[in-house]
Amino acid sequence: MTVTGITKDPATRMMTLDAEFDATADRVWQLWADPRQLERWWGPPTYPATVDAHDLRPGGRVEYHMTGPEGNQPRGYWEIDEVEPPHRLVFRDGFANEDGTPNTELPMATARVTIQELGGGKTRMTIEHEFPTVEAMEQVVAMGMEEGLKQAVGQIDAILAEDPIEAEGPR
Amino acid sequence: MQIALDHDRIFGALGDATRRDIVRRAIDGKEGVAELAAHYPMSFAAVQKHVAVLERAGLVTKHRIGRRKVVRTNLEGLRAARRLLDQYEKLWRERVERMTQLISESRKETDR
Repeated sequence: MTVTGITKDPATRMMTLDAEFDATADRVWQLWADPRQLERWWGPPTYPATVDAHDLRPGGRVEYHMTGPEGNQPRGYWEIDEVEPPHRLVFRDGFANEDGTPNTELPMATARVTIQELGGGKTRMTIEHEFPTVEAMEQVVAMGMEEGLKQAVGQIDAILAEDPIEAEGPR
Repeated sequence: MQIALDHDRIFGALGDATRRDIVRRAIDGKEGVAELAAHYPMSFAAVQKHVAVLERAGLVTKHRIGRRKVVRTNLEGLRAARRLLDQYEKLWRERVERMTQLISESRKETDR
């Protein structure tokens, strides 16, 4: 397991993930800096990503679309804030409309990527995801990491377990 | 990220304790907004607003029974929410797995 830790702090609206790779910092950086490599890990196999623009400079943008099983192509983009190869990348991650313009209805999350060599051929990558508001965190892709959502899941499970036969059966 | 759009609305709706409680109570589908409102120390209008948020997210629907209108939980919607959340929980772990895979592939190529 290369993910060595995930912490979630609802108070600061932050999710932090640590991962370790048997590779140099340069190699790990390439996963982000090379669009051809980025598109091989960003999207799940069922929604492969295609990177349409990749300007990894402060003020630059990365634009991508994904292709779903039914041929639907949701779009997203990053706005780049900081780039320090091969150690640091900071960007805001948002959704785009079909024509590629930013979807301003959905709030953006800030992602901070830190890449550090540990010695012994190992490199640690830390990803911090920070959400501007609690609401944004609940809304966006907080990706199910936020505590309130966990509780919601627990409650949903409890609800579903309560009386499935009566609930599903004809009335 | 079609998923994200659904997810967005559903989890926005479930991000509130009162709304989760309404979802739980409305499984029976016997109470209208007024009856639901009696369970909470808040105004009818506030509860009505919560129900509207849940309705927009597809988590509850309103049904007419005789002259009454009752609020009923959409269990299929809840299950869909559960599945979506599971997908998101896995998202970053899977990304890291793919990163690891890419790195090991490139190492093999270099070794060749």
